[in-house]
Amino acid sequence: MKILVSVKRVVDYNVKVRVKSDQTGVDIANVKMSMNPFDEIAIEEAVRQREANVATEVIAVSCGPAQCQETLRTAMALGADRAILVESNDELQPLAVAKLIGALIAREKPELVILGKQAIDDDSNQVGQMVAALASMPQATFASKLTIANGRAEVTREVDGGLETLSLSLPAVVTTDLRLNEPRYVTLPNIMKAKKKPLEVLKPADLGVDVTPRLKTLKVSDPPTRKAGIKVPDVASLIAKLKTEAKVI
Amino acid sequence: MTALVIAEHDNATLKPATLNAIAAAAKLGADVHVLIAGHHAQGAADAARLVDGVTKVLLADGAALADGLAENVAAQVLAVAAPYDSIVFPATAYGRNIAPRVAIGLDVAQISDIISVESPDTFTRPIYAGNAIATVQATDAKKVITVRATGFDAASATGGSAGIEAITAIADSGKSIFVKREIAKNDRPELTSAKVIVSGGRGVGSGENYHKVLEPLADKLGAALGASRAAVDAGFVPNDYQVGQTGKIVAPELYIAVGISGAIQHLAGMKDSKVIVAINKDAEAPIFGVADYGLVGDLNEIVPELVKQLG
Repeated sequence: MKILVSVKRVVDYNVKVRVKSDQTGVDIANVKMSMNPFDEIAIEEAVRQREANVATEVIAVSCGPAQCQETLRTAMALGADRAILVESNDELQPLAVAKLIGALIAREKPELVILGKQAIDDDSNQVGQMVAALASMPQATFASKLTIANGRAEVTREVDGGLETLSLSLPAVVTTDLRLNEPRYVTLPNIMKAKKKPLEVLKPADLGVDVTPRLKTLKVSDPPTRKAGIKVPDVASLIAKLKTEAKVI
Repeated sequence: MTALVIAEHDNATLKPATLNAIAAAAKLGADVHVLIAGHHAQGAADAARLVDGVTKVLLADGAALADGLAENVAAQVLAVAAPYDSIVFPATAYGRNIAPRVAIGLDVAQISDIISVESPDTFTRPIYAGNAIATVQATDAKKVITVRATGFDAASATGGSAGIEAITAIADSGKSIFVKREIAKNDRPELTSAKVIVSGGRGVGSGENYHKVLEPLADKLGAALGASRAAVDAGFVPNDYQVGQTGKIVAPELYIAVGISGAIQHLAGMKDSKVIVAINKDAEAPIFGVADYGLVGDLNEIVPELVKQLG
């Protein structure tokens, strides 16, 4: 079984981003970039399936600028066997990314596609579902458990108020939630090994995909700030404030 | 201009976030229709027809729609989408699961998690875990939108008198089978619709202490119980307690943060609460930067004392 996993290069989750003063976006110059955390979980899950002899090959794919090659090398250091970059310096919105991944699925014919549930930069939470619809595959989003057996994927999903379990025919699309697994650390020998693994570079035009953005970002601004209130000395004064000033109890 | 709101429901009643999605759809300057896709869902349709601002309810009632499978519900939406300018979903696990399938089916961009409607084609939405707000303009003729509930006051559940039109329910895709649902059962209100939330963080110390200290306060206030990601990761409580960018986004009348330092990802999930109370032993904790009322000290003494004095 072949598993295709998509990875996105994003601002590291530990970085507090700053909005540019001209409100054209957030400042990502000279900021640490990393693999989207949900995608790291996706790679880990795929590699575990291969280590359990359920999968035979893990292919990591990414869409974006040339620097995404670093992210793909990290994916291969985590255990992916080979990688494909769809290189573009244009802004790639979720609809375009879904079409690019859809075209790679048509070419590679994986039996399982694993994606992060959302990227931590634009927080759209769209690509996995779009890919599933485009490839006419069933989907299980926000997965916290994945078992492949008898040609089907049984997936436990995190939904509002609890968990839901689905059984999907393969090929299928799964998107990861935080508790699916805990990704391993990248080791130096594996980084060295990853440098020798194949990395193919394509352009959107090679896949026949029009990536023109459909959403215009008019501006990016700081969120409204909430003013700090007061410190109260004791429980009695807290209750008094909640009753008489805030009137919430 | 007509908008179609895809209702989240349990076949008998509407989930609260549906009312916020209806309110957002009304701001598009459009007639608002509601689609109930379910099985034995007359109850949900009857509830939807009474919602203020709704002018028509479409009821697709069939076995394939019983469990809200994304493949089937999206196919149902696409089957009726043609006359609508906008297709609007609540940005819940349910809506997020389905909306992108509809967007790519129509070959249009989806606008996720909107918190305001600036004009019928321009919206604001949080990015980078709420650290920035983007104003985006859709260029597609049709729009697929998910609505963050905390951005819009809920439409009134009464005051409407729309007609219900039964439509043909689609057949099962046959690719995905619903196995089971395990919904945590308790007597507390749901986190996303609770008026009061008592939430615990890593500072609570253990799962045992979380229940011992926070439950009496939640009982006293009729509150829902929540937690920070740190408390969930430490295994104090299950994942569905989590409030934050990667968990639930809440905006209760009163949010009491106990032993929560106030990581940005937690603040992103609760900073729209009307009144925030923080109880923490670290006077420098970032949570005090957003709290209306802060109390510095040992939560193991303060919280029981609070329960006692509330009487």
